[in-house]
Amino acid sequence: MYTLSGVTKRYTRGKSTVDALADVDLTIEDGGRLVIQGPTGGGKSTLLQMLGGLDRPTAGSVELDGVDLTKLSEAKLTKVRAQNIGFVFQSFNLIPTLTAQENVETALVPLGGRPAERRRRAAEALDSVGLGERLGHLPSEMSGGQQQRVAIARALVKQPKVLLADEPTGNLDESMRDEVMEVLETMWKEHGLTFIMVTHDSAIARRAPRLATIRKGRVTITENAAA
Amino acid sequence: MFFTYLRRELRRRRKAALVVASGLALGIALVIIVSSVSSGMSKAQDKVLESLYGLGTDMTVTKAAAAPGSSSQRPRFEFDAKGDDSKQSSDRVMVQGFQTLSSTTVDKVGKQSGVADAVGGLSLNVLKVDGQFKRGEFKQNGNAGAADQRGPGGGGTTQPQGEVQGGGASFDVNSYSVYGTDVTKQDLGPLTSSKITKGRTFKATETDAEVAVVDASYAKEKKLAVGKTVTVSGTKYKIVGVSTADSGDAAANLYIPLKQAQTLADAKNKVTTVYVKAADSQQIDSVKSAIQKNISGTTVTTSADLADTVSGSLSTASDLATSVGKWLSIAVLVAAFLVAGLLTSSAVSRRVREFGTLKALGWKSGRVTRQVVGEALVNGLMGGVLGIAVGLAGAYVVTAISPTLTAQLGGSGGGGGMAGGPGGMGGPARQAASKSLDIALTAPVSLSTILIAVALAVAGGLIAGAFGGWRASRLRPADALRRVE
Ligand SMILES: Nc1ncnc2c1ncn2[C@@H]1O[C@H](COP(=O)(O)OP(=O)(O)OP(=O)(O)O)[C@@H](O)[C@H]1O
Ligand SMILES: [Mg+2]
Repeated sequence: MYTLSGVTKRYTRGKSTVDALADVDLTIEDGGRLVIQGPTGGGKSTLLQMLGGLDRPTAGSVELDGVDLTKLSEAKLTKVRAQNIGFVFQSFNLIPTLTAQENVETALVPLGGRPAERRRRAAEALDSVGLGERLGHLPSEMSGGQQQRVAIARALVKQPKVLLADEPTGNLDESMRDEVMEVLETMWKEHGLTFIMVTHDSAIARRAPRLATIRKGRVTITENAAA
Repeated sequence: MFFTYLRRELRRRRKAALVVASGLALGIALVIIVSSVSSGMSKAQDKVLESLYGLGTDMTVTKAAAAPGSSSQRPRFEFDAKGDDSKQSSDRVMVQGFQTLSSTTVDKVGKQSGVADAVGGLSLNVLKVDGQFKRGEFKQNGNAGAADQRGPGGGGTTQPQGEVQGGGASFDVNSYSVYGTDVTKQDLGPLTSSKITKGRTFKATETDAEVAVVDASYAKEKKLAVGKTVTVSGTKYKIVGVSTADSGDAAANLYIPLKQAQTLADAKNKVTTVYVKAADSQQIDSVKSAIQKNISGTTVTTSADLADTVSGSLSTASDLATSVGKWLSIAVLVAAFLVAGLLTSSAVSRRVREFGTLKALGWKSGRVTRQVVGEALVNGLMGGVLGIAVGLAGAYVVTAISPTLTAQLGGSGGGGGMAGGPGGMGGPARQAASKSLDIALTAPVSLSTILIAVALAVAGGLIAGAFGGWRASRLRPADALRRVE
């Protein structure tokens, strides 16, 4: 469970300062699903960075299962990311020189274990997103939708508690968008994850049971019981 | 994963890797070529010095230069007109340089501290005049006149020849050099720079035997061979061996036992040169000053002193190799290291999102840095292999072409044919006055050069890795979300 209180992130560039997040309070239940939307520059990605332990807020605390991420050492925070948090990025962020299977393996590298076991689990994860036949393909040899599915396999192969996705369909055309959304929803249901996703897609936002809207660093929550 | 990732990166981004590697390769190749050429140069220099000294000699002791004008011993020939058509022959034996030391000096030098061994030798010049005489006067051919006459086969020792034709006389004048060697101590002195190619060398018992070793090119010229005899000033010497000089230029035409040489030149218990081997090659200068201080009237010449008098294209080239070559290769190496570092660093900049993503996935900063350093190190080693290959090829080409360098010894350069013609010519290289040698340049690559090249490759890789690794270590996991590459 996430508990955020008074989270502020201030960026200073020269003399001008921007509060990308301003005094944000937020709780997200285990196994919950939160969709984040808002205008460009509103602070969506910044919030995701705080949740994922990619960066530290200027003020406030970010607790994951009772552990304040903002107070952890860099090494401990790295460990939390390695074990508990899966990321999916808008532009896939696959390593271009590695094959699909090797890309998925990179998520298991910090956890140790035997290479053979790592390869087996990577193959399994790729199989579960429907890419069992493409283990040896390079990112450049795959479509955008396939690449994003590799990225989803990479995020989930370590069986994290949390899946964070920043506009996972933002770089995809319509047909691939559905293919990726379908995979993400299945995964969420099967793994019992806490799933937090930033999206610009209003259709997706409308269907979301819980919606966070961020404007100028301020969050408003909308519950949608009907969805 | 480390090696898989490394391999994939190097294979799929081979162009970038090749640029870094070839930059380093250029620097390393240059270092190999320059250092092998300059070691070839110093080998050539050693050869030049060796041809004068013999192997293992650290310095020579000669009599200090006398005041100019003591040319009382200029050669003079006396012939009697015995009537028409009678053939006459006269040998005039002169001590080379006209300056001698007493044999006791050899013992004195040997007793100086730091001297491992000292041996004396007597260098002679023999002027041989053959011909028919009616009436007339022989006028010695001037010093410069016969300067450029050389024996065939590249032998450099000058052979002044002159002809006298006055009043019906017809004479041939020949000059050759004789070296009286101490047969009891044969591991020091000029003969050590020659190999006995036929027959044998002197026996230690032949201290006063009438035997001779003849230099191969002189033997060829005069049709001498083992078993034949050669007559010097009326004494017949049995030829027991033929020697061939390592550098192609012999110290003397004929070698005979020291005592025989002393008798011929009427120089009993005299030597021209004492050859000295120091106990410690690092202590040569102090041994030199000890000898000079304790034994008055002597000039001590070390290899270093003699090397200073070497001029000609060899010394020019060797100066060039040590100064320009050294600085050039250092400059290229530094530039190559810098370029490799900057290229690696900029390669990391282009992969900000990639490394940010790995950090976001939970890769420790150290693991990412290690990956970058590993790539750079392999680039460096590739550069090393390439550089060693190019360097070896370059050194091989130099050796294959083996350009000829000439070395002039004795500085002053003049063409004085007869050593020490005018009395008091002096200088440390009196005996070597105006010796000119042709030496083929080689570029031997030593194992230590290769090891240095490997070390440079590793260093280059590490420097490049340090640039890139520093850059990579400063990336934040949030860089995974960076939009611009
Ligand atoms: N590293 C940074 N340095 C300075 N300012 C930043 C930095 N990252 C983000 N910002 C600023 O913080 C604000 C919020 O940025 P953020 O990326 O969170 O917006 P976003 O809602 O994700 O926008 P988009 O929909 O375009 O992705 C913006 O005004 C942005 O310019
Ligand atoms: Mg964003």
